[in-house]
Amino acid sequence: MGFGYFITIGIIVGIYIILTLSLNIISGYAGQASLGHAAFFGIGAYASALLTLKLGLSFWAALPLAMLAAGVIGAGVGIISLRIKGDFLAVTTIGINFVIVSVFEYSDFFGGAYGISGILYPELFGFKISKGYYLILVFVFVFLTALFCRLISKSWLGLALETIRENEDAAEASGINCKKFKILAFAIGCALAGLAGVLYAHFMRFITPIDFAFPISITIVSMMVVGGIGTIRGGILGALFMAALPEILRPLANYRLLFYGGLIVLIARFQPQGLFGDNPFLFRKIFGKSFPPAAADKTGTPGGRK
Amino acid sequence: MLQQLINGIITGSLYALIAVGLTMVYGILRILHIAHAAVYVAGAYLGYVAYVYTQSLILALVFGAAGCVLLGWTIQRFLYTPLLKQERIVPLIASVGLYIFFEDLFRLLGGPYIRAFTVKLWFDKITWGSTVITSHQVLILVMTVVCLAAIYLIITYTRLGLAWQATAQDMDTAKAMGVNIRQVVNLNFLIASAIAAIAGVLTAINYNSILPTMGSVPAYKMFAIVVLGGMGSIPGTIAAGLIIGMVETVMSAYFGFIMPRDAIAFSAMILILIFRPEGLFARAR
Repeated sequence: MGFGYFITIGIIVGIYIILTLSLNIISGYAGQASLGHAAFFGIGAYASALLTLKLGLSFWAALPLAMLAAGVIGAGVGIISLRIKGDFLAVTTIGINFVIVSVFEYSDFFGGAYGISGILYPELFGFKISKGYYLILVFVFVFLTALFCRLISKSWLGLALETIRENEDAAEASGINCKKFKILAFAIGCALAGLAGVLYAHFMRFITPIDFAFPISITIVSMMVVGGIGTIRGGILGALFMAALPEILRPLANYRLLFYGGLIVLIARFQPQGLFGDNPFLFRKIFGKSFPPAAADKTGTPGGRK
Repeated sequence: MLQQLINGIITGSLYALIAVGLTMVYGILRILHIAHAAVYVAGAYLGYVAYVYTQSLILALVFGAAGCVLLGWTIQRFLYTPLLKQERIVPLIASVGLYIFFEDLFRLLGGPYIRAFTVKLWFDKITWGSTVITSHQVLILVMTVVCLAAIYLIITYTRLGLAWQATAQDMDTAKAMGVNIRQVVNLNFLIASAIAAIAGVLTAINYNSILPTMGSVPAYKMFAIVVLGGMGSIPGTIAAGLIIGMVETVMSAYFGFIMPRDAIAFSAMILILIFRPEGLFARAR
């Protein structure tokens, strides 16, 4: 295990942080279930791979276009979410994940089951970016994503999304255009997942449909829930924790999934606000007070059960 | 064509048996019970163990069902019921985690390989022209009819069944009217888990194979069927299970693999949901 190994893990963790934060916009801020987020991760990766290989675009030109592609298809799911709600939406997004992956897998245009190989490493000012700098690049995007999420949560858009999450009818009655904001939340969240896909494709340089299959969506959702749904620090720390966990558990090799699954159950059962969300037990244990102070009177997770 | 239809009905019956339990759980607790597939695999393994030791199919079914009733009840009592007050996504994640946990547990206990689950019945197959029905298929049909009839009778004619119906319509009102919700929830998991176990044993016998990951596709595909059936409607789920089973079998037999078998159910579901968000068979309200 050399230095390169840690850089690789760092890059993967960074990509998962972007994915978790992007899902948090849809599920945490707007309160819309999405269990197919890996599909948009995949759309970003495939779009960028095809744009650079078939049209000869550079990484920097392909990046916004791939994000746009993921965002537009995400907006489509947003439109679907206007008609299909709650648990139905959760199941529908599972279905969307399966269908999109099967499109990648069964069409020659997307390279079939063998995927696409030979994707180029990005260049900056004519120089090929080395692995170490790629890590920096990924974390610049992580920082920008976190900043963007912070801006959203402090803006009118964030307020509107929160209102929709808490009570959609009341939001509509107070003059919030729920349709517009829901579609917007899906478009932004999916475009950011597309960004993660671009970073993934150009780092791995080889993508297959399996990389974006449903279990990845579950991983992203678990990261969000374990970290603490609806908060930025929860998204970041949850992704960090869950992505690092398989590496830490490597000595347990044979019992890894058993442990992983069991841990998800225990956290969901005993710490449903997430490990790092509002009023986490870790913080209470260490500092002996609740955090953040304003959340002390809150019971349960934001939103509560409708 | 007739042969494909029969195969489709068999597949569909197995789907219906698994999905009906999911629909019942959703109907009462409003939880997407993904770990139901773990109960189904547990049933198959328990049945297999019982069959290896006793060589009796009846004991295999009974032992599988009994073990799964216990497992299902434990999941309900210690995981789902305490999470009812939480946001919807929390029990869902717990359920997914539980499924991952059990799938790995089965791999550790049963080995990662496929085991043959060979059961000989007193006849081999019925041949009618070019159409063949194996004894296992007959067994599945009979068991499906028996299980579904049992559910129908319990729910329609027993006191607890009536309580179940009331709870499914409106839990709070039912509670206010003096319905013992705890009993209803227990009954619900008892039936759902027992039938999942029976479906597990039957599936393993039908394909003569049992493996730890046999639940990973049903875990999610069954939800497409539950949604098509109108989420919480038992007859709707049964019809949707049969339809999806037949469409899948006929499509992959006659049109080749345009798309993977498992994507068909989801594509159908998405299309129907867009045009009829209440599901194909939802009752008008």
